[in-house]
Amino acid sequence: MRKCSLDSVNSVFAEIAKAAALYIPADRTDGSAVYTKWEEGVVWSKALNTVRSPKDFFFPQMENLMEFRTSGKNIEIVDTRSEAEDFVVFGVRACDVKSFEILDRVFLTDPVDSYYATKREHGAIISMACTRPSETCFCKTFGIDPAEPAGDISCWKTETELFFQSNTEKGAALLAKLEGVTEECTEEAVDAQKEKINAVMAKLPLADVTTEGFGGGKTKDYFNDPAWDELSEACLGCGTCTFVCPTCQCYDIKDFNTGKGVIRYRCWDSCMYSEFTRMAHGNNRLTQKERFRQRFMHKLVYYPENNDGLFSCVGCGRCLAKCPISMNIVKVMKKIGGENK
Amino acid sequence: MQVKEYKPLIVAFCCNWCSYAGADLAGNNRLNYPADVKIIRVPCSCRVNPMFVLRAFQRGADGVIICGCHPGDCHYTSGNYFTRRRMAALFSMLDYLGIEKERTRVEWVSAAEGAKFAATMNDFASTVAALGENKRLEDLRCKK
Amino acid sequence: MQKITREQLIEKAAALLAGGTVTAVLGWSKGEFDYDVTPAVFHTAEELNKDFVWNDFCGANFSKYLVAKAAKEEGKVLVFLKPCDTYSFNQLLTEHRFDREKVYAVGIPCEGMADIAKIKEICGEGISSIDCGEKIAVTTIYEDEPVMIDAKDVLAERCVNCKSKKHVAYDELMGEEGTVIDSARFDEVAKIEAMTPDERFAFWQNELSRCIRCNACRDACPACTCEKCVFDNPNSGVENKAPANSFEEKMFHIIRAFHVAGRCTDCGECSRVCPQNIPLHLLNRKFIKDMNEFYGEYQAGEEVGTRAPLVNYTTGDIEPGEVFDRRDTDA
Repeated sequence: MRKCSLDSVNSVFAEIAKAAALYIPADRTDGSAVYTKWEEGVVWSKALNTVRSPKDFFFPQMENLMEFRTSGKNIEIVDTRSEAEDFVVFGVRACDVKSFEILDRVFLTDPVDSYYATKREHGAIISMACTRPSETCFCKTFGIDPAEPAGDISCWKTETELFFQSNTEKGAALLAKLEGVTEECTEEAVDAQKEKINAVMAKLPLADVTTEGFGGGKTKDYFNDPAWDELSEACLGCGTCTFVCPTCQCYDIKDFNTGKGVIRYRCWDSCMYSEFTRMAHGNNRLTQKERFRQRFMHKLVYYPENNDGLFSCVGCGRCLAKCPISMNIVKVMKKIGGENK
Repeated sequence: MQVKEYKPLIVAFCCNWCSYAGADLAGNNRLNYPADVKIIRVPCSCRVNPMFVLRAFQRGADGVIICGCHPGDCHYTSGNYFTRRRMAALFSMLDYLGIEKERTRVEWVSAAEGAKFAATMNDFASTVAALGENKRLEDLRCKK
Repeated sequence: MQKITREQLIEKAAALLAGGTVTAVLGWSKGEFDYDVTPAVFHTAEELNKDFVWNDFCGANFSKYLVAKAAKEEGKVLVFLKPCDTYSFNQLLTEHRFDREKVYAVGIPCEGMADIAKIKEICGEGISSIDCGEKIAVTTIYEDEPVMIDAKDVLAERCVNCKSKKHVAYDELMGEEGTVIDSARFDEVAKIEAMTPDERFAFWQNELSRCIRCNACRDACPACTCEKCVFDNPNSGVENKAPANSFEEKMFHIIRAFHVAGRCTDCGECSRVCPQNIPLHLLNRKFIKDMNEFYGEYQAGEEVGTRAPLVNYTTGDIEPGEVFDRRDTDA
């Protein structure tokens, strides 16, 4: 384990940025945090988390897949990808680190999504233990420990110091480069910090939310639950929850006619949208209730069914904070799960 | 290497009943106006949806001009009055977003005003040419 | 603190349900915390007593819900309307979007709604309870003592610039009739207008670049009631699910604001729901300000059946080219 003082954290950033692009959470003009490319002058945000999740780094909202160019009767297919470069994402919370595991299971199982895989290979994650979780946090529900974040390197922050522990080869190599700006240390301060976090976690209002009753094989129990009507009643059908979600992975592939050719791109899609999974015969979910149900059933039943019981929610609380009508997965779990336990 | 002279691309939405005929008249009278003015015929100037203007910019236009009948002369009685209000609001909004106000224009040109049509296009094209390429409302994908 | 209490509203709703005047009540339902209020339909007094809330976080404008709910419910729907909601209510009636006969509107006074983001700026994350009394008392899990906040310090932007405390539509009014307020809501617009074009461009580029195209602004807007939005229609040629570049960001927001120009009552829902804090109301207000200046004062929703400026005209209207001269001579 190594450490540095918080005053000298900029020299650590500078050292990392020498070899790879470094992204850290920084405050925007509107006061919320966003991952920003570090350069001298970019200040590490004090916010608990960013509004947009770090899934953007590996699965961007919009990504060109290929281009078609025509000349005469020939169509040329162009691979528009540029050489991927190494990058480091700093300050990822435990919940968001876990979200990569969920995305990996979608994109890295056969057939492997090469666009995603390349970015995963080139990206290193430096995670950050939480110090002041929000009332909207419920990562414990999904077995995530905010005091023990995974990632290539884990970090803990105390009042004055920052501690580093590498977990992977990639992390160890990165940490080795930081020898000049960090010093070797014992784990006592970190252990104390972990205890502090755990004490706070027990006090959180959502500490009692449980996944009990959810998981694979529960489709028939919940699918026709009358509570879906009531829960989805006020849903506006916007895509806020899906677009701020670190684990939502649905996308659409579309063609853009540039006038001189076609760009085929993919972009995030939302199951809340009326055009989601539209097929030749039309749409298979005609009402907002069905779309709403799909989102939560996917996270709590379908996904675990196909992925050894792993839920595709990490309890980051973004949808709780951002939903225009304050309907969210916690309310759904309490209502649907509570009735059927 | 020879530098290609910059010529702005102008999209002109012309009302079928007046300006479009005005353009014809300009042609018949051998009046010059830039070949980079692309005319799109519309049944009435009020057919022009704000989206048409924005999409013209997206597809590479450097300036967009809407030509209709003089107020009071609309073939459909009042279409151009609505155009006038709509475009006043839209142009003001584009200006509010920092997009050069000289890139958009509404001009009333009747079927008898071939000379006005040519003069308007010459003037508008030179105004837009002075501004240079449309950078603030461009879609890079369409520029490759 | 609101002048009217939760108990008074429940009593009113329960009486109307019991008397058979209405069969359903559109109200705010309590959440996990004291501020995450969800719109809900209540059918019985028991449901009301259990979940109905009325506090400083009941910002949601119910007018739009009437389009779906009034058609769905068998009997009349009771809806509680704050003054700003009544303008949207009238505007929707003007557009024949719901059946007035199916709705029983109760006007309720509003002292302004609190913005949870502003509260969190003061007391941070980890809120365990919020008590909306004389002062707003916020308790967090990190401190033993609640932080006392003056309600006016955390008012939502739209309430700081509240345009009217007057109810323009109701079947029954609780509390006293308010008045239209001479607000400073156009000051921010004027400030942007006074910038140079480059500054304006940079300002909006920065704001709109945050857009994630979640469509919340559109979906929450009481004026946006098209059954199929052009941006959702795969045959429209402009359908897009992600802001591919700064052009698409601008196009979406210009068209969204333009489509409600003249119909927008300035209720502020767009800015309230934006997860990226984009000041969308400044686009809508620009249209309102312009149209007031060009065509005379007009407040959408003030009366049922009025003609919005963009679907009206006079023979002597300002020319599109003159809108800039006007500003340049003002400056």
